[in-house]
Amino acid sequence: MKILTKRNGLIALIILAFSFPFIAQNDYYLHILTLSFIWAIAVYGINLLSGYTGYLSLAHAGFFAIGAYSLGLLTVKTGMNFWLALVGACLITCAIGFLIGLIALRTKEHFFAIYTLCVGYIIYLVIDKWEGLTEGVRGLIGIPAPGNIGPITFETAASQYYLVLIFLLAVILIVYRIIRSLTGRTYMAIRNSEDLAQTIGISTMKNKLTAFVLSTFFAGLAGALYASFIRFIGPDIGSTSIMFDLLMYLLVGGIGTLSGPLVGTLLLVILSQNLQFLQEYRMLIFGPLLTLIIIFYPRGITGAVFDWQSKRKGKKMSGVRKEFPIKAEEG
Amino acid sequence: MLIETKNLTKRFGGLAAVNNVDFMIEKGGINAIIGPNGAGKSTFFNLISGFHRPSSGTVLFKGIDITKLRANEIAGLGISRTFQTTSLFDQSTVLDNVIVGHRLRTKSNLMDAILRTKRLKREEAACRDKAMEVLDIVGLTKSADRMVSSISQEEKKRTAIALALATEPEIIFLDEPAAGINPDETEGLTELIKKLNQSGLTVCLIEHKMHMIMNLADHIMVLNYGEKIAEGTPKEIRGNEAVIKAYLGGSASA
Repeated sequence: MKILTKRNGLIALIILAFSFPFIAQNDYYLHILTLSFIWAIAVYGINLLSGYTGYLSLAHAGFFAIGAYSLGLLTVKTGMNFWLALVGACLITCAIGFLIGLIALRTKEHFFAIYTLCVGYIIYLVIDKWEGLTEGVRGLIGIPAPGNIGPITFETAASQYYLVLIFLLAVILIVYRIIRSLTGRTYMAIRNSEDLAQTIGISTMKNKLTAFVLSTFFAGLAGALYASFIRFIGPDIGSTSIMFDLLMYLLVGGIGTLSGPLVGTLLLVILSQNLQFLQEYRMLIFGPLLTLIIIFYPRGITGAVFDWQSKRKGKKMSGVRKEFPIKAEEG
Repeated sequence: MLIETKNLTKRFGGLAAVNNVDFMIEKGGINAIIGPNGAGKSTFFNLISGFHRPSSGTVLFKGIDITKLRANEIAGLGISRTFQTTSLFDQSTVLDNVIVGHRLRTKSNLMDAILRTKRLKREEAACRDKAMEVLDIVGLTKSADRMVSSISQEEKKRTAIALALATEPEIIFLDEPAAGINPDETEGLTELIKKLNQSGLTVCLIEHKMHMIMNLADHIMVLNYGEKIAEGTPKEIRGNEAVIKAYLGGSASA
């Protein structure tokens, strides 16, 4: 029996995540971790589309903001119950995502990236300028914390941490199941070669649109959680710089890998918190780091670890063939 | 008649890449399309498989008009093809590359994936079985778990054929299956194509290796500047004046 299996490692990580509030000395760490989990959910959304389906979207900070503002407006202005508003926020994001996807997915590669960059910026502008609805630069204040579920309240930092953690785990499970399934294989076939995918009978538009809407769903969910966690939102959450932060988390962690979004987000959020004293000069560290990773490890930290592992495994079992070890994509 | 094209024409700007081509493919044979470089052979394939919309003319499959169908719908009918340059996914195994080829015969969707339903599990098993079956046909069972990046060019060609077979086609279009591989391997590939044909699959291929074509095909069409200049058995083609002129008279090479 091996103790250091992938499964045991995963269980240990989950136990660690659940016991973290007891270990952490103060709420500050809990706050940082909760926040990075929220970002990670959005990055998982981007990864599903950009990493697995091959369409680099730069509009997802916009969808994050749509999710956040939908929840904010529904709870503050209409006084809707938090949980209903959460569902509503996700649905609104998906609906807008569907309409944008219909048009955006007619473009490919660079054009898709540029188009979605513009879409993201337009979403930001609409939020910033439509003061009647969004309060513009003043921002939206007084968003309620997640509502109680029976006896469970979400007023303390620890309870909010657990709530976000459960959402994150659910998102990872969903993404895991998708990429391991025929649907995931379909997305990866499109990423690999859209022409070939069509030749083997895959309706590329339908599948791309599903992946796009699902990825906006995750971004919207993350935005909604963010709004109720921070309790205040401004148009800046939809800005291009947030988009590039998210993209940086994904690239450093590993685009097209299952654990990449979490690894990248945790690493960079924690690193950037610890480098606060450097202020703007932090970018002097992040810039070169990102460049080096993209040059030497195009699939990020996770991809590098995976390549190293498969190289070792390849040496070990050269010549020996296992029976049907079916892998879709690694984690 | 399995496939029939009528007055099939494709213009790119002023250039007619395929000009008024009538062609018929009977069920069960091995058909070949030959012609000098730039004769419009690949464009002809693209028109039949739905990648390009013809400027005019029609394509019939078993008498049904498929001219306006999309590529994925045409694949669903049982028309499969390979590309000149094989675009497989390098960082994945041969088996994983082929499994998705059977996707079009499955129904499971996103919800099946998230809930891991019985249907999904059943269909995944079916796709895997199908992949192993077609890998066995093309003789790659032993390489199923190897990374595509580590297999030879000839094995890549076989993988691409396996992928096309996984869609369960009635007819397969092969675009230069023997390009870039050595004479011994070409021999092996010829055998494979014969074997596929004997199992009931109709084959249509583009190829530049004349020796291979003359041995393999029972019906040949010759294109030049987008027009059909000859059609017939290998013997008839070999003695055809227009064909000899097209190949030797111009500067184009065979």
